[in-house]
Amino acid sequence: MQSKPRLLTILDIVTLLLFVVAVGMVFFYAPLEAVMGQVQRVFYFHVANAWVGMLGFLVAAISGAGLLIKGDPKWDIAGIAAIEISFVFFFIAIVSGSIWARGTWGTWWTWDPRLTSAAIVELLYAAYFMLRQGIEDPDRRARIGAIYAILSFLSVPLTFISIRIFRTIHPVIIGSGAATAQGSFDMTTKMLQTFMFSLLTFSFIFADLLWHRIRLGRLAVETETLRLKTLQ
Amino acid sequence: MELLPKAENRVRRKSLMPGVGQFLRTLGAIIWKDLATELRSRELLSAMLVFALLVILIFNFALELDAQARATVTAGVLWVTFAFAGTIGLNRSMAMEKDRGCLDGLLLAPVDRSAIYFGKAIGNLIFMLIVEAIILPAYSVLYSVNLFKPGLLLVILLGSTGYVAVGTLLSSMAVQTRTRDVLLPILLFPLVIPVMIAAVKASMGYLQGSDILDIRPWLNLLLVYDVIFIAAAFMVFDYVVEE
Repeated sequence: MQSKPRLLTILDIVTLLLFVVAVGMVFFYAPLEAVMGQVQRVFYFHVANAWVGMLGFLVAAISGAGLLIKGDPKWDIAGIAAIEISFVFFFIAIVSGSIWARGTWGTWWTWDPRLTSAAIVELLYAAYFMLRQGIEDPDRRARIGAIYAILSFLSVPLTFISIRIFRTIHPVIIGSGAATAQGSFDMTTKMLQTFMFSLLTFSFIFADLLWHRIRLGRLAVETETLRLKTLQ
Repeated sequence: MELLPKAENRVRRKSLMPGVGQFLRTLGAIIWKDLATELRSRELLSAMLVFALLVILIFNFALELDAQARATVTAGVLWVTFAFAGTIGLNRSMAMEKDRGCLDGLLLAPVDRSAIYFGKAIGNLIFMLIVEAIILPAYSVLYSVNLFKPGLLLVILLGSTGYVAVGTLLSSMAVQTRTRDVLLPILLFPLVIPVMIAAVKASMGYLQGSDILDIRPWLNLLLVYDVIFIAAAFMVFDYVVEE
């Protein structure tokens, strides 16, 4: 078994430092939003979490394509790693959004199209885990998982488009939102800096976790081979 | 030297035409096989139909489909019914291939594998359209709503195409798992959400006589979905059935 690479240790430390700074910026650097108050601070990590969620699904779709073209199992390890991480982060994005909605809209959950589509995306990837669980042969599991990851990734933009045709009350901070959006605000420079920094931090967290998870996946494969060898 | 490319062209043109011809013949043979099996057993269509009628009856009690409610929920009720009945059909049609080793036979045949996918998909689409062709008049009579609007029929065709294109691919994936019957709807429904939303909205638009400008975005979305997923299924089907 290889020991932990030094670069990974450095990445761990950098990520941790970035995260501490990001938390500090969210609470002490970013100004208080005039209308919504403290609850608006959820926004920075909420969007960052959703960003990591989407990033992971992109990585999984690319790994899926890689697996189908090259047939190398290492792509499968990367794919499942990315989806596992994103699944959790996207869930945090939904929960943190819910907390924000309680403060701003006055309800934990509404059947707003944007929220609904987020829930659908989360279910899509829950289905991915169930699909993988049902297949025993590792090669087939990798192949079929890869195909499902690609199909899911294709359908997500369409789900979002179908949602955009509806009028949504979810605010759009970046780009222009619908006139019916509730809880929208303009970002000041300091807010924008905090926001961008959160995105950067969470991208680092994603990269760090992905690396760890890929190592874990490789170790799992190694243990499995060793176990089979001992049994023979 | 100048003769070489010409000769190459001639060889290619020769091999291309029989390729297309053979593809179509394979396609026809697979569709015909499915239809003939169904004609003799009638197990798939009858199951889908009875199930679809039951779903509509349950909706009748669950939603209190009085005249006022009907105006707004008809499109939703119809599409949920089609989706549920479609799942039954998809599951059965692929399980039949798997159980009797028919799929292995098909895969052993020296034909283009995408022809197998398209054959199965078109077969499933035909079954789904037959069920819809029976459900629509039945619904019209039961609830005295006029459902025969060309726009609505177009939406049903586009929506069913997208549903079946993804559904056939996913059912060929689901039969390879331990929990296959349970898994198909779980895999399929979140993926076809865009179809469902667009189809329900467009159907509702036609039923309520909305302006075509309001319906057009939904029709476009249906078309885009169909094209993207038929292309994707065409590309990945080889990997699904690979042994």
